[in-house]
Amino acid sequence: MGAYIIRRVLSLIPVLVLVAVVSFLLIHIIPGDPAAVMLGTDATPQEIEKLREDLGLNEPLHVQFYRWISRVLRGDLGDSFFMGRPVAVALMERLPATILLAVAALFFAILIGMPAGIIAAVKQGSVIDQLVMVIALIGVSLPSFWIGLNLILVFSVNLRWLPSGGYVPLTENFIDGLRCLLMPAFALGFMQAALIARMTRSSMLEVLRQDYIRTARSKGLSEQVVVGLHALKNAMIPILTVIGTAFGVLLGGAVIVETVFAYPGIGRLVVSAVQRRDYPVIQGALLLISAIYVLVNLLVDVLYTLIDPRIKYN
Amino acid sequence: MPTLNEQTLALERADGPSSPRREFLRRLLESRLAVLGIILTGMMVLFAILAPVLAPYDPLAISIAHRLQGPSSLHPFGTDNFGRDLLSRVLLGARLSLKVGAYVVAFTSFFGTLIGLIAGYYPRLDNVIMRVMDALMAFPAILLAIAIMAALGPSELNVVIALGIVYTPRTSRVVRGSVLALKDQDFIEAARSAGAGDGRILLLHILPNCLSPLIVQATFIFAYAILAEAGLSFVGAGPPPPTPSWGNILSEGRSYMRVAPWITLFPGMAIAITVLGLNLAGDGLRDVLDPRLR
Repeated sequence: MGAYIIRRVLSLIPVLVLVAVVSFLLIHIIPGDPAAVMLGTDATPQEIEKLREDLGLNEPLHVQFYRWISRVLRGDLGDSFFMGRPVAVALMERLPATILLAVAALFFAILIGMPAGIIAAVKQGSVIDQLVMVIALIGVSLPSFWIGLNLILVFSVNLRWLPSGGYVPLTENFIDGLRCLLMPAFALGFMQAALIARMTRSSMLEVLRQDYIRTARSKGLSEQVVVGLHALKNAMIPILTVIGTAFGVLLGGAVIVETVFAYPGIGRLVVSAVQRRDYPVIQGALLLISAIYVLVNLLVDVLYTLIDPRIKYN
Repeated sequence: MPTLNEQTLALERADGPSSPRREFLRRLLESRLAVLGIILTGMMVLFAILAPVLAPYDPLAISIAHRLQGPSSLHPFGTDNFGRDLLSRVLLGARLSLKVGAYVVAFTSFFGTLIGLIAGYYPRLDNVIMRVMDALMAFPAILLAIAIMAALGPSELNVVIALGIVYTPRTSRVVRGSVLALKDQDFIEAARSAGAGDGRILLLHILPNCLSPLIVQATFIFAYAILAEAGLSFVGAGPPPPTPSWGNILSEGRSYMRVAPWITLFPGMAIAITVLGLNLAGDGLRDVLDPRLR
């Protein structure tokens, strides 16, 4: 098991290196002179040349990459042009809020998606099954930001039950924090809930047809034990894959939902950086979120082996 | 004396030919949800094509006297903060959203197929190519698209390039999987023995057999691309105004949601109907063309 985890961690190295290369190249795909584009039309040739020097753009590409990656490995993601402070500090300040939002959205998605999928599978062909599947299909078709806008309209503007945006750390005021989190987490998690419901249903249906389920039933075990213990555990692998992928999607999706709810996470920082052409911030956020995504996928892979001993470590 | 197979063929001929195309259509039309999906998608495509004819007003014409008017017989979807007719803008938005979706599908299908064919057929290149694809898939799709758009600048073409780069690895994986399953089959070996070169085998023997999963994947990518384009436009990283897109209409309407909720309602519904149609059609096509993926 230990050797397997070490092998999996080592296999991440080339992926992380390539992720770093893609993030690095971001500035180099800017059409024309990146320094001139970053500084805008008002910049003097001296300012442009100074930025070129600062960014090392006059060096050969491989030298630039070596310098950049050396700094990144020391936790230095450069300085934001507009905030005038280190990108790593700005990202780390906002990371807890984004992680909290993604985790809360995932919690919603699992809480809604898994029971819905299990019920649909157990009651296959019934009205409940059809209803769950129609809602799931609609769920994967609705943009999260549109769900968010409609939630604000109903629960903030009309009913005045929840704040239309903002963020309060849960450690500061749990209730207010939860009230701020509820709508963005639901808007972000709804599509993933639909995907989890679809996957849970199809995986459960596959398992429920197996002989050992028939044996469990014929032994006189209750339906709850058969479904909850025997079937669900064996149906978990594909469900876990969707859940693992969902976390990364939610981290990315947070960019848009945070904008809707004025939620001060990395997503909102990225959107304002796009508007200001603050490339170090975009580059840093891309690298950080992707690294988290890759690590979460590693965690899911390790979890597979714990849940399903049939998966061989080699 | 005719063999059993010949008798069966003769009977089939008597009943009318049952070509693979007919069989495919029969099975597709049997699925009510797939038919609904095709109808919804077809309807939206038709609206997009006929948008300049169907739009009752110039979608860019500003009329301050008519700003923020609710849905009425004159303006069925109401007007926005510049008094522009929302129905006309949503119809024109369909044109842009579907055009971007179609181009992204063409981009990902071409490059994804090319990469998938090469990676699947040549084991030496497979590892390198697929690690690059894995790295691209390690980025959350919308975040990578936003970053590429920030670098390339806002334009319709750049949206297609950004989303094309983001979704090509998915297509290449699907094609590579099919190639791996096909390349050791007897009919490929037979073609090779008959002297066919790699190019001929890939294009004439392997590619046609990869089309089913490719078509299914293309349908879903169409849906993802429409959602992603709307998301990019919503955060200001999509095609620039004044060209209406569903995403930028929604984004502009956000500030007026309290007084004019219809500005965000109708473009959102248009996105939902189109994506729902594509998802239904994709599910139906998958069930008929590639039941293993069900």
